[in-house]
Amino acid sequence: MMSNTTSTPLSRRALLGLGATAGLLAACGGGKTAGEAAGAGGGGGAGASASGSFNGTYSGPALTLSYWNGFTGGDGPFMQKMVAQFQQENPNIKIANNTVQWADYYQRMPAAVTAGKGPDVGAMHLDQLATNAARRIILPVDDLAASLGLQENDFAPEVWKAGVYQDKRYGIPLDVHSLAMYWNSDLAKTAGVSQAPTDRASFEAALAKFKSGGQGNPFWMPSRWPAHLMFLSLLWQNGGEPYAADGSKATFDSDQGIAALQWMVDQITKGNSPKNVAIDSQYVAFKNGKNPVTWDGIWQINDLKTAKIPFGIAPIPKIFGQDAMWANSHNFYITKQATADDNRLQAARVFIDWMSKHSAQWAGAGMIPARTSVRQSAAVTSSTQGPVAQKTDAMRFLPPVPGLGDVQSQTLEIAVANATLLKQDPAAALHDAARKASTLMQANQKKFGA
Amino acid sequence: MARPDEARTGLQEVSPELVPQDRRPATGLDPDRLEVRPGSERAPGSERAPGSGIHGRQGVAWLFMAPYLLLFAVFVLAPIVFGFWISLHDYDYTLPGKPWVGLDNYTKLFTPDSVTSGVFWGSMRATGIFTVFSVPLLLVLPLAVALLMNRRFAGRNLFRAVYFAPYVLGVAVVATLWRFLLDRNIGVVNTYLGSLGLPDGVAWLTSVPAAWVALIGVTVWWTLGFNAVIYLAGLQDIPADLYEAAKVDGANAWQSFRHVTLPGLRPVVSFVTMVTIIASANMFGQSFLMTQGQPGTETRTAIYQIAETGLHNYQMGDAAAMSYVLTVALMLLSVVVFRLFREKETQR
Repeated sequence: MMSNTTSTPLSRRALLGLGATAGLLAACGGGKTAGEAAGAGGGGGAGASASGSFNGTYSGPALTLSYWNGFTGGDGPFMQKMVAQFQQENPNIKIANNTVQWADYYQRMPAAVTAGKGPDVGAMHLDQLATNAARRIILPVDDLAASLGLQENDFAPEVWKAGVYQDKRYGIPLDVHSLAMYWNSDLAKTAGVSQAPTDRASFEAALAKFKSGGQGNPFWMPSRWPAHLMFLSLLWQNGGEPYAADGSKATFDSDQGIAALQWMVDQITKGNSPKNVAIDSQYVAFKNGKNPVTWDGIWQINDLKTAKIPFGIAPIPKIFGQDAMWANSHNFYITKQATADDNRLQAARVFIDWMSKHSAQWAGAGMIPARTSVRQSAAVTSSTQGPVAQKTDAMRFLPPVPGLGDVQSQTLEIAVANATLLKQDPAAALHDAARKASTLMQANQKKFGA
Repeated sequence: MARPDEARTGLQEVSPELVPQDRRPATGLDPDRLEVRPGSERAPGSERAPGSGIHGRQGVAWLFMAPYLLLFAVFVLAPIVFGFWISLHDYDYTLPGKPWVGLDNYTKLFTPDSVTSGVFWGSMRATGIFTVFSVPLLLVLPLAVALLMNRRFAGRNLFRAVYFAPYVLGVAVVATLWRFLLDRNIGVVNTYLGSLGLPDGVAWLTSVPAAWVALIGVTVWWTLGFNAVIYLAGLQDIPADLYEAAKVDGANAWQSFRHVTLPGLRPVVSFVTMVTIIASANMFGQSFLMTQGQPGTETRTAIYQIAETGLHNYQMGDAAAMSYVLTVALMLLSVVVFRLFREKETQR
């Protein structure tokens, strides 16, 4: 299935590769790779198993691929390690890595590509693919997916389908990452909470135990990130849908949505959460042992490990009728810069193929590999996020509608904030926001010519 | 000083006899029109070039201005024109089609129910609130600090440095620092308030008006030193003999402040006022980093909203129109302030 290269000791070539990376960082895309570097590799595709017409190797002249991503958190070092290893195994491909935090990424990357100074290949979120496809920032990768021998049945169907916009595929999924429930295991032991709650009754019972055990506010309700992800999860659990699949209108103000947001507000009015939780306070409080339970993304795992917080992790409990949790996925894309030159395109293919095949390593970054075959490997099931990885079927993704992310940040996120700050009643907040979201979505449909 | 009817007219009460010889006008100016202003000692008429070679001199003048004019044209004039052009389109630079919409982006801003008008006027209101409350504080407090720092006392330089110190920090440092200090649930400020027996549940970042108190307070703390230094320079420009003269006339501390210090500071005050108004009207970083515009979008300022609309949501036409409306509002405000100061001057 995949060759385990993680345990290879650091060889002389790896050191050379690291040196080359350092040189690259100093002079981005400046120097040409020395001829001997290209010759010395001799194919080098140790990890590339030949499959189909595409053999996973690059035999063209030495070149430098510009690779953009937003892995600035606990996932960053793992990506750098994988990039270094890739360069070691593919000596004629140098990777000029550019890491921009995700918050700025979706403004900078389109600008850079438009100016012709962007990435050849990069990673972006699944819910941004349609937007960037409609803006023609990224290009279809159907032929790439075919030549890599990627099959729908090797991926979680939701992830695979959400990468398609107007019948064309725009992303090769690397991982999935979802919202999860974290708890402080020391505080849980003190409070006598021995099992991860799985539904509303057991969750509320656990919170009650924390409260009677001296934790005044056991479940801090954020008002901003990731509050809207919690809302979306609960909305899906309650059988609702946030948006019409064709992107024509917002439906998050349905009765299911109102009930979901009401449950979040109830956590505050019932005293499970303090009032007015500012941005990130719930997470800072969790890291300081002040907040025993919090829902956050699985990408926080490495951050918590580094901070040496004793914690447990499980899928979020089923508060409403069905299992569901918000999820997203990192996908590889290519731009027109890569397709302008056959060698470059081939190198980009080799890079994406290699990354996809080595995605078990990526599990170390706290992510869940997108490939089913990799996900079922021991490296993943035994990882910290293993319990969440088993619930991939319950993961829900936003529909591939261009411009949806911008609409959401102007409407749904504000509505959730207004309700959780007790400024506005959930129903009123959602109705106002949904009306505005529908207007914006219709404008977007016209703008992107859907 | 003795005659109260002269009290409002300022400097000229210091009778001409008391004005030292070297400050008397050299060119037969009416002594009543005398005013002590930095830079006003120039001989009248010195601006005018001597009769010969006007054209040649103008050419030289243009030549000297060329480097600046070039930058001005490329980075100020061209963007102004291009920005207006953008505001007339449904503009998204990533899309090939940028349909012409005429004045639609502007009419949307003035149509109460439209997508952009609510957020924009909400943000204009936020900018207004911030400006109205921060500018008076940033005019008065730094003056008080400057007056204190202008006295002679041990450790004066240290205090001057201490008051100026926060200004050297960037907005990111200041805002991140205070965002954590002021947190309702995990912040130091509320903890100390609580241990003093004061209310410790104030949501400094997520409720109004507390968020305004926080934003204005932090901004005053941060930029007070800058205004104070300018005031201090102005204070040191007021000749000491004017104070001596006032003292001889029997003026008390308040009277010499009112009739010597303030008139002497007038040009400085007018400069500080303009600069502070513009800085306050451009406030962005503090609310972006400290409150994220919370609660809801109540502390989201106009610049914040424009950046969000144009750069985040790619509605560049709307954002450009918003910028133009903000610019016009600021220009009107500047005219009002300018008039205010000029009228005061011509009154005299």
